[in-house]
Amino acid sequence: MFFRNIVLGGLMLAATAISATAADDVIIVQSTTSTQNSGLLDAILPQFQDATGIEVRVVAVGTGQALRNARNGDGDVLLVHAKPAEEAFVAEGFGLPRRDVMYNDFVIVGPATDPAGLANEADVVAALARIAAAEAPFASRGDDSGTHKAELRLWGDTGTDVAAASGTWYRETGSGMGATLNAGVAMGAYVLTDRATWISFGNKGEHRILLEGDPRLFNQYGVIVVNPERHPNVQAAAAQTFADWLTGPDGQAAIAAFKVDGTQLFYPNAAP
Amino acid sequence: MQNFAEELRAALLLILSGDPDMWSIVLLSLRVSLTATVVAAAIGLPLGAILAVTRFPGKQLVVVVVNALMGLPPVVVGLTVYLLLSNSGPLGVLSLLYTPTAMIVAQVLLVLPIITALTRQIISELDGEYADQLRSLGLSRMQTVPTLLWDGRFQLMTALLAGFGRAVAEVGAVLIVGGNINHVTRVMTTTIALETSKGNLALALALGVILIMIALMVNAAVAATALRAQRLSHA
Repeated sequence: MFFRNIVLGGLMLAATAISATAADDVIIVQSTTSTQNSGLLDAILPQFQDATGIEVRVVAVGTGQALRNARNGDGDVLLVHAKPAEEAFVAEGFGLPRRDVMYNDFVIVGPATDPAGLANEADVVAALARIAAAEAPFASRGDDSGTHKAELRLWGDTGTDVAAASGTWYRETGSGMGATLNAGVAMGAYVLTDRATWISFGNKGEHRILLEGDPRLFNQYGVIVVNPERHPNVQAAAAQTFADWLTGPDGQAAIAAFKVDGTQLFYPNAAP
Repeated sequence: MQNFAEELRAALLLILSGDPDMWSIVLLSLRVSLTATVVAAAIGLPLGAILAVTRFPGKQLVVVVVNALMGLPPVVVGLTVYLLLSNSGPLGVLSLLYTPTAMIVAQVLLVLPIITALTRQIISELDGEYADQLRSLGLSRMQTVPTLLWDGRFQLMTALLAGFGRAVAEVGAVLIVGGNINHVTRVMTTTIALETSKGNLALALALGVILIMIALMVNAAVAATALRAQRLSHA
């Protein structure tokens, strides 16, 4: 009796689990942790859903993983930030033409004691060179994300071989932006982060922004519809509606209106 | 560290006030992990019992392998299920990726070795005690399986609870195959991971306390049912 109840209960649970999965007009957006952790998507997606009736399901991973998932056809739209990798994705035929959506910027945060003296520096490459020279702890994403790719480009400009320093002052966490910030705060390390994640981050400790404003820290987001010719399961029409809304007047206004603590985090810049 | 007591109170209030988002996360956690445990039990209980009573060459090797599989890393299971269910994978046509069903599949794979191995252990011991008696009734080894499972039902509950504990606590597999999609595949553990990555450490910890309390309630409910059934069977 007692076993039979458990089995019956389990079967009912299984039945509801399966019935809950079928739905019309649902798209999966492969996006990045910065858009989710900052709260941007929670703020703008309900507006899109109200306007179009299309339900958006967000899988928030690093840009590298988002592109790989989309390559496998596991997603209908990409909203990511690593332009060269995105252009390669489109060039290989996995995506329809890419469009600019918005930008924010990267900043370098670090401990208040600022052992490498970044506060007096305005040039990001010179600032990273100072960190390398001082061998001050630096926490890197190390996860092939858009932020990680941007960071590696900047290290390349300094001529520093960070791979050789890995495990000493250069520490690769291999995880998301928030997890890396948690580690960086705990280790007293410098971290390159997007401004949106930093402003909405809840565990800042004694860390603060030590370098910002260099034009090379510009962080562009793009939207790409996954090519339905490559993956016939792609909800192409609904995905296109999403990309059009995001780059159209309503989506652009929604992005501009999103603020955390009175600060605008993303700046819409889609081509009209 | 933020004010933990305050966050715990806020998290408990979310549950007690019937916050729909919070409840849907808790219920999905239970639904996925209980279903996975039941499915794994339906396979693992007979499998473990058969493994216990039968004799065949290489049996010790099979036992060692099943025991070792109890330590399967959730991330590896998640990745394997992802590759199978991906639209480029062999089972892509089923469109199960990023659904609760995919999470159940992953957890079944994690829980099955635990239930099978523990069942084999428990039934082996019972078989040692009762084998001669059952054989004297003219039963073959395979025919003793249902009797032994029934006799060991109270000890076997521990095997099921160990499996459920593993399922409800893991995050690596459900994160990959479920995608932590809000209102669709977000469960307690992935919410805790998400809040940690937002730097909301106290809230994450408070959710962890709630998860432990839920596990405690499931265990208490099973223990109470078992105790009542035990009394009735002795009456």
